[in-house]
Amino acid sequence: MTNKFKNYTLPDERGHFEKFGGKYVPETLIPALEALESQYTRVKNDPLFQSELSDLLKHYSGRETPLYHAKQISEELGFDIWLKREDLNHTGAHKINNALGQILLAIRMGKKRIIAETGAGQHGVATATVAALFGLECIVYMGKEDIRRQKLNVFRMNLLGTEIRPVLSGSMTLKDATNEAIRDWVTNVETTYYLIGSTVGPHPYPMLVRDFQSVIGIETKAQFAKQAGKDLPDRLIACVGGGSNAMGLFYPFLKDNVKMIGVEAAGKGLESGEHAATMTKGEFGVLHGAASTLLQNEDGQVTLPHSISAGLDYPGVGPEHSYLNETGRVNYYTATDQEALDAFIWLSEKEGILPALESAHALAYLRQDDNEIEKGEQIVVCLSGRGDKDVHTVAESLGVDL
Amino acid sequence: MSRIKKLFSKPKEKLIPFLTAGYPELDSTIELVCAAVDAGADMVEIGIPFSDPQGDGPVIQKSSQQALNNGITLKRIFEQVKQIRIQTDIPIALMGYYNPILKMGHEAFLDNCVSADIDGLILPDLPLDEAGPFCELAKSKGLSPILFVAPNTTNDRIRKISELAADLIYAFSILGISGNELSSKKNLKAYLTRVRENSVTPFVVGFGINTRDDVVWFNQHADGAVVGTAIIKKLNGSKLPAVTTKDFIKELKGIK
Ligand SMILES: Cc1ncc(COP(=O)(O)O)c(C=O)c1O
Repeated sequence: MTNKFKNYTLPDERGHFEKFGGKYVPETLIPALEALESQYTRVKNDPLFQSELSDLLKHYSGRETPLYHAKQISEELGFDIWLKREDLNHTGAHKINNALGQILLAIRMGKKRIIAETGAGQHGVATATVAALFGLECIVYMGKEDIRRQKLNVFRMNLLGTEIRPVLSGSMTLKDATNEAIRDWVTNVETTYYLIGSTVGPHPYPMLVRDFQSVIGIETKAQFAKQAGKDLPDRLIACVGGGSNAMGLFYPFLKDNVKMIGVEAAGKGLESGEHAATMTKGEFGVLHGAASTLLQNEDGQVTLPHSISAGLDYPGVGPEHSYLNETGRVNYYTATDQEALDAFIWLSEKEGILPALESAHALAYLRQDDNEIEKGEQIVVCLSGRGDKDVHTVAESLGVDL
Repeated sequence: MSRIKKLFSKPKEKLIPFLTAGYPELDSTIELVCAAVDAGADMVEIGIPFSDPQGDGPVIQKSSQQALNNGITLKRIFEQVKQIRIQTDIPIALMGYYNPILKMGHEAFLDNCVSADIDGLILPDLPLDEAGPFCELAKSKGLSPILFVAPNTTNDRIRKISELAADLIYAFSILGISGNELSSKKNLKAYLTRVRENSVTPFVVGFGINTRDDVVWFNQHADGAVVGTAIIKKLNGSKLPAVTTKDFIKELKGIK
């Protein structure tokens, strides 16, 4: 491995991971991003903030989450699989780690109105939850298509007192919900905190979301050493939508001799044109405030992604992932809708765990013939969320009428 | 002297209409820009449609989507501007989100601008923090980058932005996206005075400008007024877009 990661300090002070990252936003948002960054810099080393956050992570969200040795599937495949059980968090996914961190930031900044975008609805639910906890007004933008496929989460958000604003532009999915949240923020920047849900967007968001999610990797490291009786796993695997659960797992291991795999959604197949395989099929571009990798046509128009999993149905990817891809530190592969569905059923039957369809993409990689995993490897997979929200989608694909 | 510099050295009222390229028909822009010029427009801003226009409200979003459905491309826009250039000598600025420009490449994009005889470039998602290399290259090719300031931009930053832009800057009238309503004239006046005092270049104002009265008022407190959403709204469903454009520009200019 290159020395680059021995003393890794990116992003630089301008928010760049070399050519990726930055702040490609309307001038109106620059003061808000600067205020956010200076507030974040303050709380990062503030023991009071950090203890408030770890207290909430522990007593409200139920951390630490277990690292579970999945013996049945390990035996079947011939290597050891450890599942980092982010699905056991309050609200059912890793998204709450970030939502708790950012809501404390919002409170310190005196903001009373919270907005967020959501795809699968997991980030929306996490945001609605923390807004309810602290008595703040909350508005979530969600594409109409995602509202259709994630009905359960929509109702959960309503119960939590959040207003859902359906987004009808573009593909009516996560990308368009993000556009709409940004428009709201530009308009209400003085009163509103934009609680972004992944390691995407303009600096400092990719950095602070990564930091708030790093609890995943920090816990994993300590748990693995204790439970496996070995210093480090051989390989880490996580699904990548915007990239927050993956960054959270990977970041504390970047300097270590551990292989890392990000799995994106290949939808109906890489050659079908209907996929969300940004790293494999995308090119350098700018969307939602950051330079990264982007699915786009020859005129630089963003193309519509597809994935059965709403949380991966995004044409971009976090800038730090683009950097990790370019440097070769992380390798990115894909799994199709069908492979994810198969993995969903496989884990349910073998381990008694219904994974989120997003996380099922990471699991699907374990079963691919050409995955280069060697017998006897120790592998940690981030089980980023639970599959309850996807039961309707899975039933539909199996032709079962609920 | 560049067309932009020349125009803004004259102490006269300036109206700058915005038109989405490729809207309502693929090649309408040629006819509509010429109609606007005939009716008295002082400069025009031509919008490059983008799939994800973050700074725009529903009216301009829809026009951009329609234009993309019509098949508009950057290449076609350059051809259209060449046609327009045969007929008029007023300053022409392209407004566009960064990604399509990045995809074409700074050098190729700017060379195309030069050969289409375009004068200015307005990039709403390329703020001071990221704009350096693009602006320097544009200026070296004789083009004017027109950077934005907003009501929450500090005085020091207004100065830096105007220094990088060099010829002209664009002040958002409001915190918000195109199509939003103006805030109180009192707040606006204080803000525009601040821009006047800190900018080293002339400045135009846009967003929320709809009427003849607005155009007059903004020309008293700034160096020109940009009208976008109001024009696109008029064009929605118009049977004779060129006539609609001409009539509305005349109205905005106060020409009977
Ligand atoms: C369970 C789960 N996993 C993964 C993701 C993808 O997001 P990210 O790549 O930011 O972890 C989502 C997004 O909604 C999710 O709900």
